[in-house]
Amino acid sequence: MTKLTYLIPLFPLIGFLINGLGRRVVPKSLAGLIGSAAILASFILSVLVFMEVRADGFVAQQVNLFNFIKTAGLDIPFAFQIDQLSSLFLLIITGVGFLIHVYSTAYMHEEESQHYARYFAYLNLFVFSMLLLVLGANYVIMFIGWEGVGLCSYLLIGYWFKNGDYNNAAKKAFVMNRIGDLGFLLAVFWMLGQFGSTSFGVIFPKVGAAAPAVLTGITLLLFVGATGKSAQIPLYTWLPDAMAGPTPVSALIHAATMVTAGIYMIARSNIMYTLAPVTPTVVAVIGLATALFAATIAIQQNDIKKVLAYSTVSQLGLMFLGLGVGAYTGAVFHVMTHAFFKALLFLGAGSVIHAMHHEQDIRNMGGLKKNLPITHFTFLIGCIAIAGIPPFSGFFSKDEILMGAFAYSPVLYFIGTFSALLTAFYMFRLYAMTFLGKFRGTHEQEHHLHESPAAMTLPLIVLALLAVVAGFLGVPEVFAKDAHWLENFLAPVFAASTARQGEHAISHSTEYALMGGTVVAILIIAFYALKKFGNYSKSAEPATGFARVLENKWYVDEIYDALINKPLKAFSVFLNNVVERSVIDGVVNGTGKFIQYSSRQMRWLQSGQVGSYILIMVVATVVFFIIQIFGK
Amino acid sequence: MPINYYIFLAVALFSIGVMGVLTRRNAIIVFMCVELMLNAVNLLLVAFSKMHYANAVAFDPGTHAGAEAQLFVFFIMVVAAAEVSVGLAIIVMMYRNIHSVDINFLNRLKH
Repeated sequence: MTKLTYLIPLFPLIGFLINGLGRRVVPKSLAGLIGSAAILASFILSVLVFMEVRADGFVAQQVNLFNFIKTAGLDIPFAFQIDQLSSLFLLIITGVGFLIHVYSTAYMHEEESQHYARYFAYLNLFVFSMLLLVLGANYVIMFIGWEGVGLCSYLLIGYWFKNGDYNNAAKKAFVMNRIGDLGFLLAVFWMLGQFGSTSFGVIFPKVGAAAPAVLTGITLLLFVGATGKSAQIPLYTWLPDAMAGPTPVSALIHAATMVTAGIYMIARSNIMYTLAPVTPTVVAVIGLATALFAATIAIQQNDIKKVLAYSTVSQLGLMFLGLGVGAYTGAVFHVMTHAFFKALLFLGAGSVIHAMHHEQDIRNMGGLKKNLPITHFTFLIGCIAIAGIPPFSGFFSKDEILMGAFAYSPVLYFIGTFSALLTAFYMFRLYAMTFLGKFRGTHEQEHHLHESPAAMTLPLIVLALLAVVAGFLGVPEVFAKDAHWLENFLAPVFAASTARQGEHAISHSTEYALMGGTVVAILIIAFYALKKFGNYSKSAEPATGFARVLENKWYVDEIYDALINKPLKAFSVFLNNVVERSVIDGVVNGTGKFIQYSSRQMRWLQSGQVGSYILIMVVATVVFFIIQIFGK
Repeated sequence: MPINYYIFLAVALFSIGVMGVLTRRNAIIVFMCVELMLNAVNLLLVAFSKMHYANAVAFDPGTHAGAEAQLFVFFIMVVAAAEVSVGLAIIVMMYRNIHSVDINFLNRLKH
């Protein structure tokens, strides 16, 4: 089966080519079918691969397809890595990706045929890039996928390219990603110089012998790449703006692809991060800061998608916290559960937006419970899951990360828990304002409220089921011995790191106490939010004080604008006005003027009189003689 | 005779040639002055050849020292003869065309 792995990314690529090249020819009904079928085929293959990987006695495999770069001293094969980590990501990407494709067929039905096909082409390319990223057996192949998802995010965020703001959001995403990519690329070069290869199989065994400073440098550069792709401070600002794209795209970016790339990359390079002295702390602190920071912003946002976007940034921060404290399994576990409930929430939000005729402001919603029963129910499940209320999936994965943080340092634990509480607050605020209370929109909107078609509700139901049960893949040790299936499954990938970390055992009583305390706090916060916003009525007065700072996202965009954009612009104006106009133009024009002037003067030497030529010759000869004789 | 005399004579001839070339406008006289310069050089070559031979023969009666300079002289004479034939032909053609041998009329290349 592993021999056929190349088919997994190939199907989406073919789908992309058919829909992309034939977007004017392919009929609308067929475009969605091709797009979804390609992903479904990949999903089936992924399941088969997963079955094989799951079997006892499986050893990580590398499938060499062809030589990508082969010159003296540099050998980069186009190879795929099949192991527990990549097969798990394959399932998440193709599984959630497939559901999003199905959902899109209905959500995007208003688009013209040509743009509809273009949409599915991009979507397939996106999945293809992401599959390449997780399948690559060396950092170069990973980088191809890494760049691919950056490109696709640009294409999809700017899908409605006639809107200038959307284009700007797309550009912002691309530029922010490029900044991170530079770090990644430098790290790849450094690894090539240090280890002479980019293949995982070659690098990881050699890591133990490398100097700590080198490892720190490489891992920090890789982490810069991860902050760009996975939207961490300071490069996170593109993700909320990425809401400009169609809602299923947001779901795809936030859940199945793109933002998980950074987590995957660090989980893949776990041994380097474990051995590097400073980096894990940096990762944990940045992750925690992002988690808290984004959560505070989310509680004051009024755009349904923006709230979800900031919650994604916040959850990603938690995942990085997990990676930083060495809870690699926890981080990957949270990627998985987050993929389910965040895709669910985004698709639910899409369903709401669909019903509301592209209204996204939750202040104008409310009371949608009775009109959108399925969406309401699944959205509620998503909220409970992300808030971390047991026994839904978010509880288990978040708990594992937080316990890892507690073992590392209780301070990290309490800050992380605080951001988890904020999560509960803003999610239930979002839920209450959208589905509870009275309808606050226009009459026309109220008249047209309708539940979405089956192609949209079915993915919601499937994802809701997954969001409920996925947590049981990782039941913590305290509840039952050896019940953590995922940890056992991923153990070979993290074996080297686990061996070096040692056990941070927390006593069972402490763990019960922390867990119970957190759950009670989350429940209280959730009910408080429900009560406070359940009967929300629109108030005209603008937010004041601290709330206003939060509503404006801590003015981070403005700060970036003032700190980076404005000086850069001023500098380029200076370069244009002063350096370009006087220095460069001066040199160029000056050269011309000098030549013209001097040749006008030299012209008089060429008189045409033979006598004067000879005179000059003789005088010159005499001068040379004099120099020769007296010069020394 | 001391070598100085030859050198003075050659320098004098050469200077006369240079002055002639610089000051005269008649092409034929300019031409003759060029010949004068060439022959001044020839004279010098022969004089030095003789001097080197006289110095070397004291140690080695069978020496050929200085022979190269005399060879040069012959070459220069041959080249000068060739040059004269070409130069005179040019002057004849020039006279036919502009009915003058004044070199200052020959400034047409300027434009």
